[in-house]
Amino acid sequence: MQTLTNRAQPVDRRPMTFWEKMYLPAIAKGMGITFKHIFKKKATISYPEEKRPFSPVFRGLHVLNRDEEGRERCTACGLCAVACPAEAITMEAAERKTGEENLYREEKYAARYEINMLRCIFCGFCEEACPKEAIYMTETFAPSNFQRKGFIYGKDDLLIPDPKHPLTVTKKD
Amino acid sequence: MAFRGMQSFRTMAEEKKLFKVKIDNITVEVEPGTTILNAARLIGGDVVPPAMCYYSKLQGSGGKCRTCLVKVSKGSDADPRPMPKLVASCRTTVMDGMEVGNITSPEVLDARKGVVEFLLLNHPLDCPVCDQAGECDLQDLSYEHGVSATRYEFKRRTFDKIDIGDHIKLHMTRCILCYRCVFTADQLTNKREHGILGRGDASEISTYIQNSLDNDFIGNVIDVCPVGALTDRTARFKNRVWFLKPVDAKCECTKCSGKAVLWLRGDEIFRVTARKDKYGEVEEFICDTCRFERKDPKDWTVEGPRKVSRHSVISQGHYVGVHKPDETIAKVMDGRAPKLLMDIHDISEVNMPAVDLSKIDGPAHSNDFPKSNGVQ
Repeated sequence: MQTLTNRAQPVDRRPMTFWEKMYLPAIAKGMGITFKHIFKKKATISYPEEKRPFSPVFRGLHVLNRDEEGRERCTACGLCAVACPAEAITMEAAERKTGEENLYREEKYAARYEINMLRCIFCGFCEEACPKEAIYMTETFAPSNFQRKGFIYGKDDLLIPDPKHPLTVTKKD
Repeated sequence: MAFRGMQSFRTMAEEKKLFKVKIDNITVEVEPGTTILNAARLIGGDVVPPAMCYYSKLQGSGGKCRTCLVKVSKGSDADPRPMPKLVASCRTTVMDGMEVGNITSPEVLDARKGVVEFLLLNHPLDCPVCDQAGECDLQDLSYEHGVSATRYEFKRRTFDKIDIGDHIKLHMTRCILCYRCVFTADQLTNKREHGILGRGDASEISTYIQNSLDNDFIGNVIDVCPVGALTDRTARFKNRVWFLKPVDAKCECTKCSGKAVLWLRGDEIFRVTARKDKYGEVEEFICDTCRFERKDPKDWTVEGPRKVSRHSVISQGHYVGVHKPDETIAKVMDGRAPKLLMDIHDISEVNMPAVDLSKIDGPAHSNDFPKSNGVQ
């Protein structure tokens, strides 16, 4: 058979000598390699006490942003949902009433906004599509959970705290 | 089909002379009195000039928006001189031997770019809020012919939003003054109560001292509006058009033909509109009862899904013609259904059974949604 490369080595099938049958030199050689690794730099870190820095372009967990006055920026235009290749984002819009101008930036806002983190592939298209600079991806990732329902993130999970009126939100279990 | 109709017409009346027009080097024979725009529509395809104000079903419409400008490089066989300026193709009738340039004329494309920029001068950039987004003629026009940035630096013309009638919302800020709604109200309804007030930059669509429009067919002004100036209050902010599923449906109606398009989410009817052809023109006007009050699926017999151009954002996510593979798990598992670890509808707060958006008359407000964890 013609070989593809000329790097093939013929297998040495000679019977083992006395030294080789003792295995001791081979064991010593192996232990030497193990011992050498003690002085090498460790490849692991002790998470969660220690955390690795994220790259500045890391696409992590989403947040819904507020403007300088603490009003919600999202206007429920649906462009994030239409851009989402995983179809993870759903929303329902409502009209802002008079007196709610300090809560919502535009006359329309997202009354419901949900991201299914089980579907999300963290591609960042939602962030790119957003015309109102409302959705951003942060340098964290979705924390683990025991139940699937804990990965359906609503507005209470996504919205950043209002700097002027801090909410007292009790987290869902 | 239009061609065939034209030919049979020719054999019937041989003495009637047809005019030969060349639009973008495509020759078409049309009856005398046809406008260049309609001659181009007989050819179809890319040579059809866009139109924002012309509406074939409304008499006297056209000539206002100037988006259908074309170059007439040869007036006729009798007088072959070119027309000195670009002409509005919706108001210029053809002559025998006329030669027209639309997409083959760089002058026309450049002028159209300018027209789009002018139309967008005062148009607000609130497409994320506007209900018309996704089916807006101005959006399509500016996407195809416009430039990406505006050079306008002054304050834009703004108006307060008003409700004209119970069901129609007027956002005068978005209006491009195409007069289509005025013609509709004039020709379709027997008592017109709205029109244009003021002149030039200050002109606005309005009603006589905030008169509410109550007429059986006044809802059609929503469909003829090329922008989001006149919108349906019953569907206001309910959902974006591209998340809804359009189906052709029919109902028994004494006032109109009852042929409409239902915009569904699941079984909920969020919006009822008339059926529009490929030029965005209503095929048959529908009455206000069908449009605003028949939001129960029982009132309608669904004829089938509406065909949406695959270039439209509305076709996004509507997986038409996809063959769903048979579910085999139940067969293998002796008839037992697979155990679902999570049904999204049990957890999701969107589309909750308690909140029936199609039943709410007008846009939803904060009190329509129950608060969850203190956050709306």
